[in-house]
Amino acid sequence: MSRNSVLPQPIKQKFFSPGVIALIALAINGLVFLMGRFFFGIGAVTNLNNQYPWGLWIGVDVAAGVALAAGGFTTAALGHVMHREEYHAIVRPALLTAMLGYTFVAVGVFIDIGRWYFIWHPLMMWNGNSALFEVGICVMIYLTVLYIEFLPIVSERFIGRVNLPGPLASFNKISDKILRLLDRGLSKTMFIFLIAGVVLSTLHQSSLGTLMVIAGPKMHPLWQTPILPLLFLLSAVSVGFPMVIFESLLASRSLKLKPEMHILSRLGSMIAPLLGIYLAFKLGDMFIRETFVYLREFNTASVMFTIELVVGVIIPLRMFLSQKVLKSPPLLFTAASFVVFGVLLNRINNFIVAYTPPYATGSYFPSIGEISVTVGFIAMLVLAYRFVVLNFPIISVHDKYSAQPTKYSIKEVGK
Amino acid sequence: MPGKSRRDFLKNSIAGGIAATGISASVANAGPKNILSADRMGVLVDTTVCVGCRNCEWACKTAHNLDSGDLNSYEERKILESKRRPSEHALTVVNEYTHGKNSTLPVDVKVQCMHCDHPACVSACIVGAFSKQENGAVIWDTDMCIGCRYCMAACPFQIPAFEYNKAINPLIMKCDFCFDRTKEEKLPACVGICPTETLTYGPRTELIRIARERIKRDPSRYIDHIYGEYEVGGTAWMYLASKNFTELDFPLLSKNPAPGVSESIQHGIFAYFVPPVSLYALLGGIMWLSKRRKEMEGEEKI
Repeated sequence: MSRNSVLPQPIKQKFFSPGVIALIALAINGLVFLMGRFFFGIGAVTNLNNQYPWGLWIGVDVAAGVALAAGGFTTAALGHVMHREEYHAIVRPALLTAMLGYTFVAVGVFIDIGRWYFIWHPLMMWNGNSALFEVGICVMIYLTVLYIEFLPIVSERFIGRVNLPGPLASFNKISDKILRLLDRGLSKTMFIFLIAGVVLSTLHQSSLGTLMVIAGPKMHPLWQTPILPLLFLLSAVSVGFPMVIFESLLASRSLKLKPEMHILSRLGSMIAPLLGIYLAFKLGDMFIRETFVYLREFNTASVMFTIELVVGVIIPLRMFLSQKVLKSPPLLFTAASFVVFGVLLNRINNFIVAYTPPYATGSYFPSIGEISVTVGFIAMLVLAYRFVVLNFPIISVHDKYSAQPTKYSIKEVGK
Repeated sequence: MPGKSRRDFLKNSIAGGIAATGISASVANAGPKNILSADRMGVLVDTTVCVGCRNCEWACKTAHNLDSGDLNSYEERKILESKRRPSEHALTVVNEYTHGKNSTLPVDVKVQCMHCDHPACVSACIVGAFSKQENGAVIWDTDMCIGCRYCMAACPFQIPAFEYNKAINPLIMKCDFCFDRTKEEKLPACVGICPTETLTYGPRTELIRIARERIKRDPSRYIDHIYGEYEVGGTAWMYLASKNFTELDFPLLSKNPAPGVSESIQHGIFAYFVPPVSLYALLGGIMWLSKRRKEMEGEEKI
């Protein structure tokens, strides 16, 4: 196929743009509040207290962060494990998103735990009964695996081109040698890491759901179910491709590239069945446990649950079944955004909305500081993404001059 | 493994894990000390006897080096008008409720960690800092704690508190059943000071016998329910009351231990690493097959 001849390459553009300046401002704002957290304690910056031990940082930065980085393992499974080479163009951007996403998950954990300097303790002190222990260890190993998976991109960029500045130049040769050695070793062993990445992801994506099971009656019955781990896994699997579409269309817009519709619409056609399975389990669980009675009440929980299910699952499910949606970038983007929003809301619901302490004297809403830090991290993530795609071969660019319009035709889709 | 310290056990399991290239069944079993000794101790709280003098609050703070103030200042009863919760500043508090059956006196309820027989915090703690000791106390190792606060999310009684306003070395705080005192055969500080014998310290089985006897002897005084006998699989601290426990703000809990479901899921997913390893093998097989198929297709084309 001619498309395979299109290789990933660094995008030739300037790093700075008005949007980038705005993102830098948001990042700095987040860092200011973050300094408050490290100098005066978690209580000084957050609305957390003895009633609500976990808030926005765990719900969004960590739980939603892990879920929305699921594009990494789902595309790895599709592209590498099932060997569907036609999807290779999206594997690298998805890998980058996952790598950056998980890095910020780790940072999110680091700032949320009270004794951050003991973050290494779970490596030495094990508790096999703890779902959190399992999540922690899996995320740590998976993050390492993601960096290993990324190494070939670094060596591809620098082999034969190592050019260290000034006095470091004498290390050029040795660095090149190390890179070549790494590259040769990794190309033979990469399959081990690729499979490990998928296994580790299924493990911790589901265990993230087990986390709140132990909270028992403190969690609203609409969400508290013994199949939480399964629901978390299914929702992570179904948000993987929408996240790739979301991020790919956003990136091509921002970097002024032609959207990779021929791949994205094929990817989109796989989302409906995945969402369908998730919806079936979610509804099935609701009917078996007869929790639909809580939907008759009108309160935050019932409203949030309904939005999560209707806007986040049912509407995009219907949209992804339509050929018109699959072929139109704006509609495809909308549908993918709904799924991303739905899973984000689901994690917020599970970790924050559903949590009802027995002796609550008030409700929890994140403080300006918490929101600033979360927004700041998202801004930093986007900046890091932009920096990497401008400097490393991540995105496959079609040659502008020889581009034939038919190349982007999506008429073959759905065959 | 009684007689073997937690750290030793951890060390061994880590060594075992490394020996098996990091993948070993010992990981699934690695965990904190969680002993349910037959002669574990407990406390029976008879809320029909408590007068709300709050001396226990003072004794507790003094025993735990917290700012306790003057004992006389505890005579002030205005504080009982609002409901309080144990916190990082007070590991136990007394709340007052309107009178129960056959009495015009208010009901006072001492609140602290219940020291569950199957503690959610012990199961949840990421580093296994919490442990259930032979004498029934649920204690934690401050040096291990990373401050993740999962114990707080897990506790069905909303007990562990956290020092949110400390930047360095914030601690999880809760009643430790005066572990350091009971080791030396002393009474827990609150039990020792209680002037009305509201608190009875003794072997848990003995306390249940005493509680039943009291209910039997004076059925007009008590409702027929020992709170903590069966709640979340049983707790070391148990309560007698003259009115329904839900009216005294006790959470309505099932007889199932709090960590039960979570632990069975966890052990199901990790049953001796069979499920993850099988998944790995399955994916490896799919990868090999799909690669082979691609190669054959390529050959056909040529």
